[in-house]
Amino acid sequence: MTWGPSDPAQPRTLSGIPLDPHYGTPAPGEFPYTRGIHPTMYRSRLWTMRQFAGFATPAETNRRYRYLLQQGQSGLSVAFDLPTLMGCDPDDPTALGEVGKCGVSIASLADMETLFDGIPLDQVSVSMTINSPAPVLFAMYLAVAEKQGVPYSSLNGTLQNDILKEYIAQKEYLYPPRPSMRLVTDVVEFATRHVPKYNPVSISGYHIREAGSTAVQELAFTLRDGIEYVEWALQRGLGIDEFAPRLSFFFNAHNDFFEEIAKYRAARRIWATVMRERFHAQDPRSLKLRFHTQTAGCSLTWQQPYNNVVRTALQALAGVLGGTQSLHTNSLDEAYALPGEEAVTLALRTQQIIAHETGVTAVADPLGGSHYVEALTGEMERRALAYMERIDALGGMIPAIERNFPQGEIANASYDYQRRIESGEQTIVGVNRFTQEEEQKLKLLQIDPTVEKTQLDKLRALRAQRDNARVQAALAALRTAAAGTQNTIPCILDAVRAYATTGEICQTFGGVFGGWQERSVL
Amino acid sequence: MDPMIRVLVAKPGLDGHDRGAKIIARALRDAGMEVIYTGLRQTPEMIVNAALQEDVQVIGLSILSGAHNAIVPRVMDLLKEKEMDDVLVVVGGIIPDEDAANLKKLGVAAVFQPGAALEEVVAFVKSAARVAS
Repeated sequence: MTWGPSDPAQPRTLSGIPLDPHYGTPAPGEFPYTRGIHPTMYRSRLWTMRQFAGFATPAETNRRYRYLLQQGQSGLSVAFDLPTLMGCDPDDPTALGEVGKCGVSIASLADMETLFDGIPLDQVSVSMTINSPAPVLFAMYLAVAEKQGVPYSSLNGTLQNDILKEYIAQKEYLYPPRPSMRLVTDVVEFATRHVPKYNPVSISGYHIREAGSTAVQELAFTLRDGIEYVEWALQRGLGIDEFAPRLSFFFNAHNDFFEEIAKYRAARRIWATVMRERFHAQDPRSLKLRFHTQTAGCSLTWQQPYNNVVRTALQALAGVLGGTQSLHTNSLDEAYALPGEEAVTLALRTQQIIAHETGVTAVADPLGGSHYVEALTGEMERRALAYMERIDALGGMIPAIERNFPQGEIANASYDYQRRIESGEQTIVGVNRFTQEEEQKLKLLQIDPTVEKTQLDKLRALRAQRDNARVQAALAALRTAAAGTQNTIPCILDAVRAYATTGEICQTFGGVFGGWQERSVL
Repeated sequence: MDPMIRVLVAKPGLDGHDRGAKIIARALRDAGMEVIYTGLRQTPEMIVNAALQEDVQVIGLSILSGAHNAIVPRVMDLLKEKEMDDVLVVVGGIIPDEDAANLKKLGVAAVFQPGAALEEVVAFVKSAARVAS
């Protein structure tokens, strides 16, 4: 007799009670997928444990990646530094003090080669959190695959490439919304044709929530962004069932346990319905909302930082009970700095304990049929749909962004939440209740201050050594492509292969598209 | 009645995380101060010029990206250059303890780390701006 939930063929409780793959009707894996996208969920395939990581130089981040893979992590997730995220090179005056600080600095294909040194891209899936310069980093990733001899068709990964939530929440935009949407669509089209197992956009509510939205707003704005990407891809001439199966989503997991679970369930139901009724998708894969979850960075506290381990575990459990496909758990020290190695290991262990000890993976949608969870799922759905209708009435997400509608709603929600914490109406343990004078001190990750110089020296050497005539020709071709209507990815690939830098390519686009400045709302 | 305290809330550097800056700006406004918010991606030069133009008593800098050691000293230098040393500078964001101590040595009046209460920030700005004026 096999005891415990660890036998995947016939999971049992610790007392030996055999368990069905799911209980009740309708079954998970059936339209509208409220209960999950697979009939057997984690019995057949565990979520991907994917810790977002990147700091300092590409060589240093490469070492962290190899460490995480050794510790049993199943995929990589690249965090870029702010200059890379903003499409500028380490020697740009605005990059002062930011190089390698909150992510890894990638200025050219040479850096990307170092980043993935010894990591076979046909075996390890890679997620890249990059938005305005997403086509550039995507091209660098493809070029590394070429050098590794890996065909595009074997590449498995995700590009965030979600520009709309940049205007709404994270604010790392470079160009006006419409040319930016054209670039997003260039990637979607290219990936659909040439990189079929790759997710070319990760439609993200995470940052919307981190900027202070409610769960309902996160749900509504994210799905409405998704509709916008679908409409642009259709206008490009792609068939709905050609690209829709590769759209992926990214949600936050915050403190309100059942509301989070209801949010994920409602997201699947709304998306399946929208895809079938609004866009007439036929392929069941087009209807299934797949998503990554990250626990809420904004919920982590500076006070009593070890409490963050517990918060993160509960948030991660909500993600799992809500049926996530991949998961990042935050580290306890992230209110202070980028996570140290011990902290990140504990965060990964948190996922492993949920996956392998708690038994929650045995039964799909274990909370399905709960009066409370079903009612809350329905209410989240109704409220999100009401928001989505308001955005439709404004003419879609781009006009809504131009009128500051989502930005204003988030700013109000964020201020309201903070006031509730300040007044004590919303309890945060260690912050406004159960406080203590003595705080535990943490050992924090220090970014080597010589990183900026290392990256600058490498960049200067690269500019001196490369074939600059080839770079200029590639950038000129790119400028022409950007000014026209053709897909820009082949030209970006040529520029990247010639070792044009992230900044040079992004500035080339900027020369054609112009910049963007938001009207700040308070 | 006291004259209204004028505050410039600024987001220097490349960091786009403006949740904190906006909350602080609103809280200061709700406490009766006149608040000018610069918006994102301001260089130290732009911030000091805005402070001069707007004739503020207080500059609040919000930095979450780790670039504070490069940005804040530059702002302090420019204020000295323009003989605006009387402008009170407060910094908020993810600032480690050692860095906070160093910034204070440069003349920063207060550093508010994560977990600081709004009330504390408002009370500090109110009393410090009064003493300075």
